[in-house]
Amino acid sequence: MITLEKRPQPSRLWTAVTPLIAVALTMVMGGLLFAFLGADPFEAIRTIFWDPIFNPQFAGFTRPQLLVKAGPLILIAIGLSIGFRAGIWNIGAEGQYIMGAICGAGAGLALYPSESPLIFPMMIIAGGLGGWAWAMIPAVLKTRFGTNEILVSLMLVYVAENILASVASGLLRNPEGMGFPGSRNFKQWDAAHNAEIITGTGMHWGVVFAFIAVIAAYVLMARHIQGFNIRLTGEAPRAARFSGVNPTRIVILCLGISGALAGFAGLFEVTGPAGQISIDFNSGYGFTAIIVAFLGRLNPVGILLAGLLMALTYIGGELAQLMLGVPGASIQLFQGMLLFFLLATDVFTNYRLRFGRAEVA
Amino acid sequence: MDLTSINPVLLVASIMVSATPILLAALGEMVVEKSGVLNLGVEGMMITGAVVGFAVAINSGSPLLGFAAAALASAVLSLSFGVLTQYLLSNQVATGLGLTLVGLGLSSLIGKPYEGMKATTLPKLDIPMLSDIPVLGRMLFSHDIMVYFSLALVAGVWAFLKYTRAGLILRAVGESHDSAHALGYKVVRVRMLAIFFGGACAGLGGAYLSLVRVPQWTEGMTAGAGWIALAIVVFASWRAGRVLIGAYLFGGVTVLQLNLQAAGADVPVALLSASPYLITILVLVIISARGAHGAPASLGRAFHASH
Repeated sequence: MITLEKRPQPSRLWTAVTPLIAVALTMVMGGLLFAFLGADPFEAIRTIFWDPIFNPQFAGFTRPQLLVKAGPLILIAIGLSIGFRAGIWNIGAEGQYIMGAICGAGAGLALYPSESPLIFPMMIIAGGLGGWAWAMIPAVLKTRFGTNEILVSLMLVYVAENILASVASGLLRNPEGMGFPGSRNFKQWDAAHNAEIITGTGMHWGVVFAFIAVIAAYVLMARHIQGFNIRLTGEAPRAARFSGVNPTRIVILCLGISGALAGFAGLFEVTGPAGQISIDFNSGYGFTAIIVAFLGRLNPVGILLAGLLMALTYIGGELAQLMLGVPGASIQLFQGMLLFFLLATDVFTNYRLRFGRAEVA
Repeated sequence: MDLTSINPVLLVASIMVSATPILLAALGEMVVEKSGVLNLGVEGMMITGAVVGFAVAINSGSPLLGFAAAALASAVLSLSFGVLTQYLLSNQVATGLGLTLVGLGLSSLIGKPYEGMKATTLPKLDIPMLSDIPVLGRMLFSHDIMVYFSLALVAGVWAFLKYTRAGLILRAVGESHDSAHALGYKVVRVRMLAIFFGGACAGLGGAYLSLVRVPQWTEGMTAGAGWIALAIVVFASWRAGRVLIGAYLFGGVTVLQLNLQAAGADVPVALLSASPYLITILVLVIISARGAHGAPASLGRAFHASH
């Protein structure tokens, strides 16, 4: 008879070890999956986790992609993790990401073809505000009416996707694009282009923002009183109320931060790697960032590492698709499995296994 | 705009068809939530049901076999959620999201070879006598078997929760798992059964989308139907009869906006397409502003016998 016994304190060792176990289990299960799909499992795992960085043939191309993909994931996940710590479940980051991109790009395009150096900073602010405003809808509804923020934020993703489809073929369509949907290409407009800062590294302003967000989130959660209030609200809501924490303020703060960060991510993506507002420029980063946040244990440094790992599976997945003919959807499943295994192994941080007969209490 | 092109008989009939997938999924989720478990993976289970049902129906030629396989596949998938949340005590919100992500990945992997194919759909089942009533007959009594099944299921779930001992135990587990445990009921076992039932219902709903409503397989075809089902449970204040009303209301909105688009209404298409989601939000706000929700008291809380 195996029983679980609650630990008095969450185990620090297990907190650090469980993500590694989850990754290992995912590799094993993923290998089986690839074998089932007719690919050599060892080669597939190597193609996903090793080749993008170390393969002499194409690592020169894929290595910069690591930062390009990790930047938005980390930026969004940092914002989400702050809310998750407080028990505020913003799962509509994808919508905030889209709205940030639309608002930022729209603000810039209104001034086309100005070459003022102020354009890009203004677009960044507009992008952040766009994401923030979209996140304020579930925040205000939750604080005013007690509406469930999970469902509202998610519904707003579908609304944002409809708005995106509408502006890409209407309001923001390139007037010189011969009627094709999609905005002007920001790569051809220097003042608004989110270019690589150091050529060949994939380092763009979004990545810089992601690093700043990691540091700022660390300071907030570990050193600042608001961070303490956020954690207290998540772990013991009643205690937080008694100690004078205003729950409304926490909801507004958490959703605001995560919305603004997702908005930034959207703006940097659309002016950089994506290049233009198009119907499908968003590639699901808002949802993958949820996995990143959990994989990083809702801890800023952990999220940094988790974001890089998740970016690796994206790039490696594309590579495996090309080299081994593995279907692209298997990578999505792979990422989902990672979250599942992580949640499954998580039990050992809070409980320990007891062998032998359970005593009668 | 030409509103006369909208035929009221066809409109009501198609509302019933478009409401059925959400009705099935919402009904299953309501039972799960009544037992105190919040499974946010409805979308993932639905889309798994959609693809499995479609694939089995194509390969066997029998849509009914497709429905059975869909229910089984989604129920088995939901058991992974059950094991994680009930035995390994993981966070229900996170695990439900994970289930959705796994389901979306799994379904597009399975469904790749079936894109663009057409499966045999369910035959219309004219109920003798009743379907001959002018207007009403065509409207209400000339549907496929799953529409009637979903309506019977509403009555069944209602009666089960209200009149049976098992239903009472299920509600007790959902209201206060500690008391139920103290009385000697197997909290985890009851919840696992509820999760299994919820998965099967979501699978049937998904299969109805891919086999009857659309009817073909496209990636991500549920497009938030599972999330709307979750919202309907809140809207219905966890009552079977109101789930029916909610699902038909949303079916109505969906069909009406499609009809308005087709009739060339003077409203932006984006607004019309987004209207089911916007109305869901609006309804959630109205329900939550009214206060008393009737949510099971133990909803979303993990149960461990040690405390």
